[in-house]
Amino acid sequence: MERAASMQVRPEETVAEFVGASKRYGEVLAADRIDLRIRRGEFLSFLGPSGCGKTTALRMLAGFESPTGGAVLIDGRDVGAIPAYRRPVNMVFQHYALFPHMTVAENVGYGLRQRRPRMARREIAEKVEKALATVRLDAFGPRRIWEMSGGQQQRVALARAIVNEPKILLLDEPMAALDAKLRGEMQRELLDLQRSLGITFVLVTHDQEEALAMSDRICIMGKGRIAQIGSPQELYDRPANRYVADFVGKANILSAQIASREGGLAQAVLGNGAAVTVADAPGAAATEAEIAVRPEALSLAAAGAPLPEGMTALPARVTHRTFLGDHTEYLLEAPRVGALQVNVPRQAERAAGGHGMGAEVHVLWPAGAGLVLAAG
Amino acid sequence: MRLYAMAVYAFLYLPIAIIALFSFSAGRSASSMQGFSLTWYGRALNNPFVMEALWTSVKVAFLSACLATVVGTMAALALTGMKGRVRRVFDLAVQIAVMIPGIVIGIATLIALVTVFDLVNPWFEPLTGMKLSLGTGSLIGAHGLFTMSLVVLLVRGRMETLDPALVEASNDLGATPFGTFRQVTFPQILPAIMAGFLLAFTFSFDDFIIAFFVAGAETTLPIYVFSSIRRGVTPEINAIGTMVMAASLLVLIGAQLMLRRSQAQPRR
Repeated sequence: MERAASMQVRPEETVAEFVGASKRYGEVLAADRIDLRIRRGEFLSFLGPSGCGKTTALRMLAGFESPTGGAVLIDGRDVGAIPAYRRPVNMVFQHYALFPHMTVAENVGYGLRQRRPRMARREIAEKVEKALATVRLDAFGPRRIWEMSGGQQQRVALARAIVNEPKILLLDEPMAALDAKLRGEMQRELLDLQRSLGITFVLVTHDQEEALAMSDRICIMGKGRIAQIGSPQELYDRPANRYVADFVGKANILSAQIASREGGLAQAVLGNGAAVTVADAPGAAATEAEIAVRPEALSLAAAGAPLPEGMTALPARVTHRTFLGDHTEYLLEAPRVGALQVNVPRQAERAAGGHGMGAEVHVLWPAGAGLVLAAG
Repeated sequence: MRLYAMAVYAFLYLPIAIIALFSFSAGRSASSMQGFSLTWYGRALNNPFVMEALWTSVKVAFLSACLATVVGTMAALALTGMKGRVRRVFDLAVQIAVMIPGIVIGIATLIALVTVFDLVNPWFEPLTGMKLSLGTGSLIGAHGLFTMSLVVLLVRGRMETLDPALVEASNDLGATPFGTFRQVTFPQILPAIMAGFLLAFTFSFDDFIIAFFVAGAETTLPIYVFSSIRRGVTPEINAIGTMVMAASLLVLIGAQLMLRRSQAQPRR
């Protein structure tokens, strides 16, 4: 399954495509030669910090921006000359953008009322009712927008978009204005909705947890470019470069000398002379490299304890210890290696005992944990 | 502080209250209260000169307000779509137009109109047999020009608070640019447009200074009141003044309600 997500999207299963699409505002290059195929029926997220080009990419799909270079295709057709109001896509806006002078039902029916030839009034009413039922707002049709809570407004925005049965549903940070609890609920509901409707969802977010939780594939953006595309697991386990390793989850990033490489594994020698076995980056050849390892891949042992098989031990001193319930976060200083973070699960800590501030310990690095980062 | 405030308000509104009070006087003096009656109201309403002046005023106010509303709204919409220096220049011009004293506008409009009439009439008159001159038309034009800036300011203010995402949402849902204007933008700015109309109406209806310069042979109600004062003040003038004030207040309150309703919708 993980493998399938990273495979090339075949032309016949592509619903939309960016072909070297760029957007320049004066001096600023907001999107820089984006190449991406969106698979029909998938949940794709654009993830990145603000100003990374993710919103620009979404707006080029919606038709609010036209690319200054390259092309955007929907269903194989270049939509560069097609205005937003003729595109088979609909958007859920960040602050919902509901029409304040209309009722909930009028808002939801707005798209249907624009159809030419005109759709029968009864048919519109039926579809609106069905869409409201889908987002569990059955009885709210006659309400005014300002009588609805934030979460309800979001459902209205969702209903207003899906009632048109778009080829792609665009979601522009739809959960940003909701509180944490509601956000979790909404994420699950969105996923259920996407599965039952079978519509392609394209989400823009700066929240990595949201992207990890919901997406089939995540497209990580930085400085207008795509940094990496892949399934959430791929991005977490095999970040292609430092930017991705840093952005998705937490990572210890260390510089190392690559002593040897064989069969996809590399022997990396750290600053203190210790050698660790890590996954190699495809096509990497440099002897100077950065390696990344997740805090939960490492473990701790008291200094002098017997070293288990297949582990490399790095002497270190505990500088901070933060108890976080299900795990404890240790910040350590390893001489000539650098600062390290190690997350110890509650279970393991309870079994082996914790380590206090200033304690001299060994950080255990299992063979195969971590990987070489490609340059850039 | 509170005493000061009360003194200021008393200074501002006491004379007006006294005029309103004296308008119910039964005697002939405009500056004392002699019994209570509605005689002077009856007198004023049965005076053909008053009624003719009133009709002229209403006509001018209505037509100039229509002109100001249509042109002002279009200007406001165009200004919102503009960027940079051109927009700043026009915005400034509109704001200045509101601040210029009426007497300056009156003289300037008079000079401009007379100059244009002198230029146009030599070939317009033989062509049509009519001669352009000061009158209802020039009144409507002058008032329309002046009150247009009020409409522009009100509608611009409303446009500024409109969420641009609403227009995008409408576009996204398949509405053409005109459809978006008709179904989203216009309903949102309608209260401001109507408030602008009512404000323009009252400004024109109450205006004396500009009207005095450009009315030509026409008599509006403020001009009639002014000229009859010179023949001696009777409680009839008080009665007219009170009625005009009451009507204007009602319209202005209406305008306020319109504006408030347009802003009452809480935006989250």
